[in-house]
Amino acid sequence: MSTDTAPSVTPDERVARVGVLRALLIKPEFGSVVGAVVLFVFFAAQSGPFHSLGGIANWLDPASTYGIMAVAVALLMIGGHFDLSAGVQLATAGLVTSILTVNFHLYVWVSLLVSLGVCLGFGFLNGYLVIRTRLPSFIITLASFLMLQGLNLGLTKYITGTVSASGIAQETGYAGPHDLFAHEFVVQGQSFYVAILWWFVFTMIASFILTRTRFGNWVFAVGGDENASRNVGVPAMRTTITLFMFVSFCAWFVGNIYLFRLTSMQASTGIGFELYYIAAAVIGGCLLTGGYGSAIGASVGAVIIGMTQQGIVYAQWNNDWFKLFLGGMLLLAVLTNQFVRRYAEQSRK
Amino acid sequence: MVDVTTTPAAPDGVDEKPLLEIRGVSKSFGSVISLKEISTTVRAGQVTCVLGDNGAGKSTFIKMLSGVHQPDEGTLLMDGTPVTFVTPRDALDAGIATVFQDLAMIPLMSIWRNFFLGSEPTKGWGPFKVFDKEKAQRITKKELGDMGIDIRDPDQPVGTLSGGERQSVAIARAVHFGARLLILDEPTSALGVRQAGVVLKYILAARNKGLGVIFITHNPHHAYPVGDRFLLLKRGRSLGDFAKSEITRDELTQMMAGGAELEQLHHELSRGPDAASPALREIVAEIKTDVEEHGVKQVTSDGPDRP
Repeated sequence: MSTDTAPSVTPDERVARVGVLRALLIKPEFGSVVGAVVLFVFFAAQSGPFHSLGGIANWLDPASTYGIMAVAVALLMIGGHFDLSAGVQLATAGLVTSILTVNFHLYVWVSLLVSLGVCLGFGFLNGYLVIRTRLPSFIITLASFLMLQGLNLGLTKYITGTVSASGIAQETGYAGPHDLFAHEFVVQGQSFYVAILWWFVFTMIASFILTRTRFGNWVFAVGGDENASRNVGVPAMRTTITLFMFVSFCAWFVGNIYLFRLTSMQASTGIGFELYYIAAAVIGGCLLTGGYGSAIGASVGAVIIGMTQQGIVYAQWNNDWFKLFLGGMLLLAVLTNQFVRRYAEQSRK
Repeated sequence: MVDVTTTPAAPDGVDEKPLLEIRGVSKSFGSVISLKEISTTVRAGQVTCVLGDNGAGKSTFIKMLSGVHQPDEGTLLMDGTPVTFVTPRDALDAGIATVFQDLAMIPLMSIWRNFFLGSEPTKGWGPFKVFDKEKAQRITKKELGDMGIDIRDPDQPVGTLSGGERQSVAIARAVHFGARLLILDEPTSALGVRQAGVVLKYILAARNKGLGVIFITHNPHHAYPVGDRFLLLKRGRSLGDFAKSEITRDELTQMMAGGAELEQLHHELSRGPDAASPALREIVAEIKTDVEEHGVKQVTSDGPDRP
């Protein structure tokens, strides 16, 4: 290496000084953060209680349970796949825990372990089928979504005689898991669910894995171009199956949060939630085609959904409009993201 | 036609064993004979060009060297020892790196992430083992610099690079990960003139680092300036395997294009019922000029020059 490498030390003249704004713009989660701020200001102007501590606790609660799932779904989407069964797996997790404890008299922790096993097994199956059949994950998980929905209802009715599983609160050993999943803590007189902390932890871990580890690099690669990543030695099958299992793990966690809060589980819980998770991930900057996105963005997307859901109530509008509002926001987010990405990429050419 | 199936002494008088020797290799798929008795050699620090038109068997040839297919007959010798590659991994482990046309790069990922994809350096311990970003960025910048590849910003997505820049990153990657033999599958075919020139420069840079290079192309004008040996394929058979001293550029071009066939095409086009159409007239004029300039010129499918 001779003197002609010296210029590489000084900044390359072809790299324009990237302004702070542009540096922010090219972050996938940027659009969602702006959206969340705008939405917060909007609802806060409509209603005072919305930005009181009580109001914040109120919309952070749905945001947290959507958020934990959205983070997992975002990772899967970055890896190039969908999981339409993410929502119904919540019910499965709660139902298995409750029924094993109440109807089969297992110790609560043991039931929890079994339901974890069931969920992880289901996630493995999803991933394995997607990889082996090479069919779109949309189709595979649509099938598993329908089947699991049927199983949830059929087995629950067969065992308990009703469409829900309840009675876990009366079992011994209930308190420990209850503290893990549904504990409430008090800040300045306002109680918050512990799920908010878990949501924070899950987001941080997922974001760390995605941006700072080898596995995270593989997730982007597999979602960007599966064949190309195989060619350079990325274990694509293992990566994909792990992602499906991570979604199932989070479904187990959130399903049991619901169970221990309500002390019962409806067989129909979670149907339709999978679309909220996908919406949150997309609002947070994930590309539907994979290879691009952010875990933090998905979390912020969940905040947007939570704020919308509760904000409509606070603004004293009719709650029937929630989905119209949410759909409009999704569309707006996608258009903004597309525009921003194009702008960012053009500016770098 | 000069038939050189026995290896002549290397031009520079080196008579050490060639890095890779291909001896009488054949491959067929069912009743289709893809390759028939192909032989050539690749030496360290030299470029062997494999030329052929579409369907000449170039792809099968590469796939055999990179372990995707196994030859039905004939042998591959590395450093004089017979080798068999059952999987692409075997070929990689032997130091044969193939840069495929699709490049095995992820457009939305940054250059340094792509550079280390599948072989990421890590630091730390146990569950806290992290992708060593700083190291990856530093090595990427250095390796590209060593090859004379001037990348604006290693953080930019590969998708924003031009075709030539992508090829050069792929070549630098193969060099960094210890390839001894580099196989380049049509690295210049989708590129404009200037971009192709840049890639040719990197081929020479890899050669100067002591690698053996197999350069697959259908363009004799790209092959001749950089090549030390030329293997010509046509419909699965070898038209000959020449050292540079044994063939001129015009002879190479002539053989490549099948001179007589192109002459005939020229006549057909100019006589045809549509000969009056402006577009056709233009093509005919172009061919005429080429024929006058070089004897004939291979009709390439070069894409537009991307700046």
